[in-house]
Amino acid sequence: MAGTGKAHLRNSDDVLLRVEDLVVEFPVGRTGLKVNAVSGISFDVLKGETLGIVGESGCGKSTTGRAIMQLPSPTSGSVIFDGTDLTALSGEPMREARTKIQMIFQDPISSLNPRRNVRDIVLEPLSIWNRGTKDEQLATVDKILEHVGIDPQRAAESKPHQFSGGQCQRISIARSLVLNPQMIICDEPVSALDVSVQAQVVNLLEDLKKEFGLTLIFIAHDLAVVKNISDRIAVMYLGKICEVSSSEDLYRNPAHPYTDVLLSSIPVPDPTVAVKKVSVEGEPPSPVSPPAGCRFNTRCPNASDRCRSEEPTLREIEPSHFVACHHPLTGGDAPVTVRNN
Amino acid sequence: MSPPDVVRSEAEPLVETVEIKTHFKTPRGIARAVDGVSIQIRRGQSLGVVGESGSGKTVLSRSIMGLLPRNGVIRDGSVRYQGQEIGNRSSKEMRAIWGREMAMIFQDPMTSLNPVMKVGKQITESLRLHLGMSASEAMTIAERLFRDVRIPEPTRRLNQYPHELSGGMRQRVMIAIAMACGPNMLFADEPTTALDVTVQAQILELISEQKRDRNMSLLLVTHNLGVVAGYTDEIAVMYGGKVVEKAPTKTLFADTKMPYTEALLRSIPRLDQPSHSRLATIPGRPPDIVHPPKGCRFAPRCAYVRDLCLNEEPELQQAATPDHTYRCFYPVGSPEYLERKVELTRKGELVSTGDLN
Amino acid sequence: MSTNPATSTAITPDETIVKKKLGVGFWLCVTWLGLMAFIALFTPLLPLKSPTQNFLDPANGRPPYSPSWKHWFGSDKDARDVFARTLHGARISLTVGFAAITAGFLVGGTVGVISGYFKGWIDRISSFVFIVLLSFPSLVLAILLTSLIERSLLTISLVLGLLSIAPVGRLARAATLQFADREFVLAARQIGATNRRIIIKEILPNVAIPMSSLALLGMAVAVVAEGGLSFLGLSVEKGITWGGLIQLGSESSKTLEEAPWIAFFPILMLFLTVLSLNFAGDRVRNYFDVKETTL
Repeated sequence: MAGTGKAHLRNSDDVLLRVEDLVVEFPVGRTGLKVNAVSGISFDVLKGETLGIVGESGCGKSTTGRAIMQLPSPTSGSVIFDGTDLTALSGEPMREARTKIQMIFQDPISSLNPRRNVRDIVLEPLSIWNRGTKDEQLATVDKILEHVGIDPQRAAESKPHQFSGGQCQRISIARSLVLNPQMIICDEPVSALDVSVQAQVVNLLEDLKKEFGLTLIFIAHDLAVVKNISDRIAVMYLGKICEVSSSEDLYRNPAHPYTDVLLSSIPVPDPTVAVKKVSVEGEPPSPVSPPAGCRFNTRCPNASDRCRSEEPTLREIEPSHFVACHHPLTGGDAPVTVRNN
Repeated sequence: MSPPDVVRSEAEPLVETVEIKTHFKTPRGIARAVDGVSIQIRRGQSLGVVGESGSGKTVLSRSIMGLLPRNGVIRDGSVRYQGQEIGNRSSKEMRAIWGREMAMIFQDPMTSLNPVMKVGKQITESLRLHLGMSASEAMTIAERLFRDVRIPEPTRRLNQYPHELSGGMRQRVMIAIAMACGPNMLFADEPTTALDVTVQAQILELISEQKRDRNMSLLLVTHNLGVVAGYTDEIAVMYGGKVVEKAPTKTLFADTKMPYTEALLRSIPRLDQPSHSRLATIPGRPPDIVHPPKGCRFAPRCAYVRDLCLNEEPELQQAATPDHTYRCFYPVGSPEYLERKVELTRKGELVSTGDLN
Repeated sequence: MSTNPATSTAITPDETIVKKKLGVGFWLCVTWLGLMAFIALFTPLLPLKSPTQNFLDPANGRPPYSPSWKHWFGSDKDARDVFARTLHGARISLTVGFAAITAGFLVGGTVGVISGYFKGWIDRISSFVFIVLLSFPSLVLAILLTSLIERSLLTISLVLGLLSIAPVGRLARAATLQFADREFVLAARQIGATNRRIIIKEILPNVAIPMSSLALLGMAVAVVAEGGLSFLGLSVEKGITWGGLIQLGSESSKTLEEAPWIAFFPILMLFLTVLSLNFAGDRVRNYFDVKETTL
């Protein structure tokens, strides 16, 4: 649901990224209308943590990832990374700051320049920042390529289209690693890949996270993948955060009706489990004119008049489990609805 | 239980292929996209065709429907529809079958709809062409079809262009168009891959509901075993242009024989696994279909590979349960498989996936 | 942690990569163009008959003389050697074609790439200018301009260059737009690449391919346009051009009937050159048309 509020933000020295009241709006052509891609969300990520952001297309999850990188800058709100507010930076300092956060995109093929050599592509960040001599740079690149499972020799001789989708994604990962970033934002990094290859990339990210001491933000629409890789998950719907909790709690006790819908929509690879009838109809409304009150109210099976007028804020229903809903499925003081089966 | 004529029609397959081969001429040589596949689909039955990209699953469905270009394609084997050979028919002859007998929905509804034509027109066009209806008759039917596929406000939607609809709505329009002439056989090629999870579930539900209501047969092509589990009667797993395992859905999951199928299943992240559990992967990449490996095509990536697998190609084996076939010398559960499994587990190379075993 | 299934796998032996071929036709065209370029550059040094001298031969009657051992391409009405004149004509025709398209690329290409990359007001202004330029019928504009100014090699090249700015610019802009929003450009920005670097390293290599094929086609158009202008007597005033030769050879239907060679050989040269440019341009585009996906 559409929730604002900051109850879930943590006061810890380990906070690496803290995003507050992030708003991103885009004009719709010259109509004077605007797309409310992200409407005032807040979250934080601790050092070494993996935050999963999950939601359907158009929920603003990718826009959030890009707004952190200031590509483009958000309409309002603050993005404090390692003590610096990125929204206040511009020019050289901005260029410098960006190198500490890197991003991996969904389409592995479009992320790599088709006309450049793979080794060149991975070398580019080092050559932009002139880190070390040419030989040192090449040594770093080859080491990292080997690390992600790409033969440096072949990389030196080939263009991206000579690699498979999964391998291209590994190359993108290698490029994001050479500058030694503190955080990597993965925007749907496995959605375009075959299931068998998805697993390889997810495992690789887990390994690299440990070895390089990375902090990850993992954005995806597939809750099963997100649950596997994340420590904490934020569920987004139509530009707002509905629920934030540890990934285990989210799976065991989904409190927001939308989270429940997402969970039950995942096909279970087991024919003996009866296919659950999805409890919502239709698709998210347009972010140009989002509904008043809770943004999920138009599809929510439990929506009441209150949901249509008053916007819920995030509140804690059990330790470290926050939900923005007037009628959560578990915990909370409001009438509890039975889980829809 | 059922009237005798239904029994007869269910006994003989609606669509049958016998050892069909579809090879493409490429600059590198002959690509054996489909290399000797025999399947049968009975009336009202659904078959899931599962495989990684490049396994030939899409080419198989297009070969059956006769949608492939003539140039540069070598075809062999036989495709039968209601007992009649259709594999060698020209596009002109196939036109009588397309739409009325067989229909197809594709992965990307945006590219399969004409962007400059109102969706209502696109659906009535086919009704008027195939069934010779008048414009007003066709419009009434179109509205009913839109209602059938749960498109809200069908009258208004009929007057919209594809770009005015959401992805899920477009896929519903595609399904309505496919249903327009009441086909007996529906091909769905990754129909939900481009859609969101909640919409994916709705569309799969809709397809299987239409199949039930119309006693239609369905061939569902996908790369995700999870997707087909709940919606098919039978599954054929394809690898490198061949069907490597085929079984009724429940049997396939309960009594997997091919190590490849097992690996595919294990690589799906499951919600009931704890976070950060290591996912099982299939190493390497799909085989080169221009120069396929000598023995079993999966051998180079198989954890249970032995010398025989690398040198000889396994024939189709019959499993204990009827209708269950596979291509493997040392299937899951065989002594050789178990022996290797113990070794792998000891070396820690076999990633545990919770309580899968 | 010794085994790492995710990283130890991945690579299978390199698949055989089939080199695309440009084909014999392409190399024939290139040879022809090379020959033309050589001729254009070195005509004065070649052992040719003077293109302006009158080789009157009373024994042969009145000129024009038909092709013979002495005059390979025959002679015109003033008994001038058509072969020498045709080769000399290559000089101006090709120079004008080359200079025009170079000018068009320098201005149009730069403006197009910049407006496609930055978009916004730059794009709005340049697109407007392009539309205005394209709205003039180009031949009429060329005739107008050339009839007003002194017609030298430089001015003719500039006029034709001016005319090629808009089409070249539009294509450069469209090609840039196609790549400017791709994720590899975004990726370059987030690793700290400057706009200048992104344009040079990421955009240009992608835009250069369709542009290089356009350059060849555009040069063909410019050569034809120059021919058209000189046919109308509006090209370089002092000097021999193919268009001028053709015009001379087809002054009247009588000349065409009685001495077709005067016009035929320049036409043939013009035709072969334009054909080579077009064909080579087409092949170049196909050759570099890389598959971006292996899926």
